[in-house]
Amino acid sequence: MERGRNLQYFREVINKLPKRIKVLVAKPGLDAHDRGVHVLMRYFRDVGFEVVYSGILATVDEIVQTAIDEDVDVIALSSMNGAHMVHFPAVIEKLREKGANDIIVVGGGIIPDEDKPKLEAIGVTGNYGPGTPLETIVSHILDRLLREKFKIDSKV
Amino acid sequence: MLVITSSDLLKDFPKGYWKRKLEEKISKRNRISGLYNKEEIEKLGDAEYRWRSEVYEPWIKEKPERKSKFETASGIELKPIYTPYDIKHIDYLEDLNFPGCYPYTRGVYPSMYRGRLWTIREFSGFGTPEDTNKRLKFLLEHGETGLSIAFDMPTLYGYDSDSPRAFGEVGKMGVSVSSLQDMEALFKDIPLDQVTTSMTINAPAIVLLALYIAVAEKQGVPIHRLSGTIQNDILKEYIAQKEWAFPPEAHLRIIRDMMEFCSKNMPKWNYISISGYHIREAGANAIQELAFTLMDGFTYVELGMSAGLDPNEFATRLSFFFNSTMDFFEEIAKFRAARRIWATVLKERYGVKNPRALLLRFHTQTSGASLTWQQPLNNIVRTAIEALAAVLGGTQSLHTNSYDEALCLPTEEAVVVAVRTQQIIAHETNVASVIDPLAGSYYVEWLTDKLEEEAYRYFDKIEELGGMVEAIKKGYPQKEIIENAYRQAMKVENKEDIIVGVNEYIAKDERIVNVFKTNPEVEKKQRERIQKLKQSRDNKKVKEALEEVRRAFEDPSINLMYPILKAVKAYATLQEIMDIGREVYGTWKEPSIL
Repeated sequence: MERGRNLQYFREVINKLPKRIKVLVAKPGLDAHDRGVHVLMRYFRDVGFEVVYSGILATVDEIVQTAIDEDVDVIALSSMNGAHMVHFPAVIEKLREKGANDIIVVGGGIIPDEDKPKLEAIGVTGNYGPGTPLETIVSHILDRLLREKFKIDSKV
Repeated sequence: MLVITSSDLLKDFPKGYWKRKLEEKISKRNRISGLYNKEEIEKLGDAEYRWRSEVYEPWIKEKPERKSKFETASGIELKPIYTPYDIKHIDYLEDLNFPGCYPYTRGVYPSMYRGRLWTIREFSGFGTPEDTNKRLKFLLEHGETGLSIAFDMPTLYGYDSDSPRAFGEVGKMGVSVSSLQDMEALFKDIPLDQVTTSMTINAPAIVLLALYIAVAEKQGVPIHRLSGTIQNDILKEYIAQKEWAFPPEAHLRIIRDMMEFCSKNMPKWNYISISGYHIREAGANAIQELAFTLMDGFTYVELGMSAGLDPNEFATRLSFFFNSTMDFFEEIAKFRAARRIWATVLKERYGVKNPRALLLRFHTQTSGASLTWQQPLNNIVRTAIEALAAVLGGTQSLHTNSYDEALCLPTEEAVVVAVRTQQIIAHETNVASVIDPLAGSYYVEWLTDKLEEEAYRYFDKIEELGGMVEAIKKGYPQKEIIENAYRQAMKVENKEDIIVGVNEYIAKDERIVNVFKTNPEVEKKQRERIQKLKQSRDNKKVKEALEEVRRAFEDPSINLMYPILKAVKAYATLQEIMDIGREVYGTWKEPSIL
């Protein structure tokens, strides 16, 4: 991803979208490392996303139910404790079961490279580690939204 | 549901102390200490002014500086240079004094590292208790002098390895301990009277302490000879690390019971390690780490005093745990300020007279958040600098992070480098020969004083909010920390702050270093083990013991430590005990800090 996209740039792109984008930020499992998601949520808010937060210690059922109740466009999953290969697929499974698999799912946290293709194969993309520029994360989400939700064949 | 309120636990202490201290600090700045000649110091002030206008300003006009403003990581604005004029108000004997002398700014012991070097204490734990037992022995063989145990997430939250909540998390971020059986395996062939052990556990700390005592008993080691630390600092859990089981007041009641028990039975045990580490890692700056941690400490002092304990005695068992991160001088100043504030407040506000009870003894860990997954070998350098700051700040023990920790739990190779880093500082640099060698640096003394003032500003604010427990329930420290984390992240994002390998000097092809893997079989093994235990133990005895535990949870006048000790010896599990607490007290939902 090219650097140099800043908050102002994203704000303008997001403003032009046909609807307000709602993102559920969720931390499944017993994982309280929430600094990253709090930073991310403030950035999401500042670029113009509407943000819903699961709080820590959310179960997979709670996350999927919140996503459906709140009618979110994106779920951003965070896992810093090595349990991503358990919880991320469980979220995907549950979404499918509930017929909500149009929701875009992205992930992040401490995710070893070798797990990334496995997660991507089931639809959890991004999977960025700590220290990833916030613009990279927002660009990734916007790319997926444009392509999958708004069927616009261009990149941010 | 039993509701405990903070007025049940914390007596009223007079208000207004913090504001007075803050005003005192500010007004003191105008004085000239007896060390300086008034005329000479004013001459120096004038000379600095002239240097600025005649030498420095014209110079930077021609050669502009790299930034329009220089500041510390916590945002304290910095002058280009500091002189005696900046510390003219500091009185040597009153503010610094000698090592081992009040207010202990220069160190808690008279000879510091000339007597004994700091303890090398590497935090470790993963997989089954047998896996961690092996790693502990490995560390002891490589010159480590104290053990430090990391528990897995289910243990930290008080769930057994066979709980549905534990699924996917057993043995991942630390060692899994659900019962005495696990604890016995963890310390197998490690004589508990010959090591000091630090256990990083908070919400279920009372159960883990009971387990440790029970293992010692089985080894034939009497309880009063046990030496070590249990973290048991629940306030910073609500502020930062967020591993709680019950509402704050219920946890404080349990801590009070532990204080009473340990005061009576465990003279060498530190039963609360008041922790700034997690506060810092959660995004706080140095000022916030200093202020929130010490305020937590004062709250525990008030908790003990409200229970009728004598701070001259119990305060000797309180220890601290700080972070050391990359702003080298600010970190050193922070450690020095912490010692001075603690001693001053304990003496002035809580009337402590026993010198040993005024000492702020602390463990330091280098900052995990400062490590990057990019170019991970750079982390060795970061950790070395942070470790040096901790040593120059007078730490009593130190954990150095391994360079691969932004990627995974540390590999053995990386742990050895971390231990060697401390050994190099200890033996090759000669920094341990002179006590508090940075004292008297105009900058370090000025900054120490400044951090102290900023801490008092926070103490005053927290008192205004009704004390630390109320502030936490309002989400105040949590919000302050997250706002700072966001500010810091945006500075990196906008390249105002440079992190090597992250937003500058980026490598094209990143090589992934050797990644440590936990064994996926651990969860299965641990689940089977606990299920077998539940069938083989004397379940009648367990049931009776748990009923006693319930009675003590329900009646805050009964000390919980005794029935819990009895229950763990009967092989009641961690979760069986914690679930009773959850039934009696309910759980906790944090206030929104969005």
